[in-house]
Amino acid sequence: MKKNFLGALAVTTALSPVAAMAQTEVQFWHAFTGRLGELVKAQVEEFNASQDEFVVVESHKGNYSETLNAGIAAFRAGEQPHVLMVFEVGTATMMSAEGAIRPVYEVMAESGASFDPDAYIGSVKGYYTTTDGDMLSLPFNSSTPVLWVNRNAFEAAGVDPDTDLSTWEKVGDVLEQLKAGGEDCPLVTAWQSWIHLENMSAYHDVPFASQDNGFAGLDTELMLNGPAQVAHLTAMGDWAKDGKFIYTGRRNEGGANFRSGECALFTESSAGYAGIKAEAEFDFDVRPLPYWEAVTSEPQNTIIGGASLWVMEGHDPEEYKGVGEFLSFLSSSDVQANWHQNTGYLPITAEAGEVTRAAGFYDENPGTDIAVIQMTAKEPTANSKGLRLGSFDQIRGIIDEELEAVWSGEKTAQEAMDSAKERGDALLRRFESANQ
Amino acid sequence: MEKRVTFRGWLLPLALIAPQVIISAVFFFYPAGQAVWQSLFIPDPFGLSSQFVGLGNFEFLLSDKYYRASFVTTAVFSTLVTLCSMIPALFLAVIADRLIKGSGVYRTLLIWPYAVAPAVAGVLWLFMFNTRVGVVSWYLSQLGYDWNHVLNDTEAMGLVVVASAWGRISYNFLFFFAALQSVPRSVIEAAAIDGAHFWRRFFTIVLPLLSPTAFFLLVVNVVYAFFETFGVIHTITGGGPQQATTILVYKVFSDGFVGQDLGSSSAQSVILLIVVGLLTVIQFKYVEKRVHY
Repeated sequence: MKKNFLGALAVTTALSPVAAMAQTEVQFWHAFTGRLGELVKAQVEEFNASQDEFVVVESHKGNYSETLNAGIAAFRAGEQPHVLMVFEVGTATMMSAEGAIRPVYEVMAESGASFDPDAYIGSVKGYYTTTDGDMLSLPFNSSTPVLWVNRNAFEAAGVDPDTDLSTWEKVGDVLEQLKAGGEDCPLVTAWQSWIHLENMSAYHDVPFASQDNGFAGLDTELMLNGPAQVAHLTAMGDWAKDGKFIYTGRRNEGGANFRSGECALFTESSAGYAGIKAEAEFDFDVRPLPYWEAVTSEPQNTIIGGASLWVMEGHDPEEYKGVGEFLSFLSSSDVQANWHQNTGYLPITAEAGEVTRAAGFYDENPGTDIAVIQMTAKEPTANSKGLRLGSFDQIRGIIDEELEAVWSGEKTAQEAMDSAKERGDALLRRFESANQ
Repeated sequence: MEKRVTFRGWLLPLALIAPQVIISAVFFFYPAGQAVWQSLFIPDPFGLSSQFVGLGNFEFLLSDKYYRASFVTTAVFSTLVTLCSMIPALFLAVIADRLIKGSGVYRTLLIWPYAVAPAVAGVLWLFMFNTRVGVVSWYLSQLGYDWNHVLNDTEAMGLVVVASAWGRISYNFLFFFAALQSVPRSVIEAAAIDGAHFWRRFFTIVLPLLSPTAFFLLVVNVVYAFFETFGVIHTITGGGPQQATTILVYKVFSDGFVGQDLGSSSAQSVILLIVVGLLTVIQFKYVEKRVHY
């Protein structure tokens, strides 16, 4: 037995370097665990099996922030991976890191892999593209916020689950009825800054920051203390005070409350689909994110959240060829359509959306196309193309703190947002001077 | 008479202190020097370029009212953690010392929490006090109290203090218990014969004899509260709500490793170094005078 083991060990150690030498290795660092981690692994395995020239090695490096940090630390130590997953919030940081990144359009051109930037959905691509139209990173997982409805909770509170929830005015009335009907958790949210400020601004076509939300230059200032945003947060603050909006935390803590059936309405990313579908023991429904009729008669598009894949500098040309092939594989419509249907993330190419529709997925799973429609119904404006702000992870932290002050009633929405602007602008100025 | 060991030549003494000097140089002087140097720059995250700003980072920090507030937060937090971990520990040690039977069992049980890593302790307490599913918060809601440390800063502070102090009680208990064992029985017996009751004996004889231990624990616990409670805060509150639990060391982490602002983060660690240095000097200069060895 022992002899066998040692023999096997000797064989594997003797064989593995040979196998690795024959194929060019491409390191891919990502931030996915659980179901999403399995799906990424499956994609990588499929790519590795599809050809024998390259082998992609995927590794999980923690949550989004931790993955970005791991990439940065690795770059400083000269050990960077070829492909690094960076969440949308880190986009400005990566874009400013000339010399650390190799733009995707360059990698694709050099590797000769098939790549058509126009195949991508405009509002997804726009986030990761320069003002000249060059794609810097490959959109990977993108989602957008929608409104999730627990139909059973509506019925239990004596409210018609098919009632119109298209505007916040109507949602306000429904919250009142739910509360009156004995519902303890009428509304809960995930990712408050992303949904109730960043998307809220884009959806109502009002700026979140100057200089086209940061796309036009580093000398940008926050404009999140405008009347539209303040009115929305004031209403949310009132709902929080009346126990109609329950605050659970800064990330997606609210998901547990909704999935357990405790809450009636939930504003969360369309990518919440995988988890809700797996866990919810009640009838649920997806609706478009509500808008304020008082601000606009017809909403703009919402913006994305999620991550894109950045290619790091400092590797051999042969390896970049492998990177090109891998990225090209990832954006093929079959891979994308699968990803979209399994996760609730948006299909990042128009073709992947069509494949999904043709397969009858939207008919079988009503509501899963709402996110796509919400993103693509209108041509994005300067206010709804996305956000490109330095130190944005920290700024979100500031916004979270100020929002908490609104929910607890310590500050009015106006005071909180004025303070968020002042504190956020100080960080933007620092980022500007660090990246001149 | 003081005893002095004298060496002939200097090779042997040098060799004897070399390990300590080398370890301090590699793990303390070099990184601390780097921090001081980096605090004068605003670098970009990838280390591709950096801009000399002199004392600009310090100016930026000290003009930030949230940073100034985090000094107060740190002071409140470390005072509370030190008190909440030392007083119960002393009490438990005194009680356990009086036990005649089964003190071994109590001792072992009381030392257990020390084996729990701070981050794990944080998660444990978080589970118990989770606003929606926590056991303790459920009981509190039955009693009509709406526990919500996610929004209420006093509750958040209370929770991180308790979670940080909890494991520390064991550590302090161990030291107090050992110190109590070394208090001469004859002195206590003499006092008892003179008619001094238990608490009187405790305050006039035992406590003064414990003062070296208490002083040592004070220094160690303050350092613990300053630096090692990071894991607890990270898992329970993440510094919130509204920075109510953002202590200095947590801000070093979040600015440096979440915000990638290494200049500001370095400047903060320099300030922290100075603060802890001053605190230790004060403790040795003023508090130690009242300690009887």
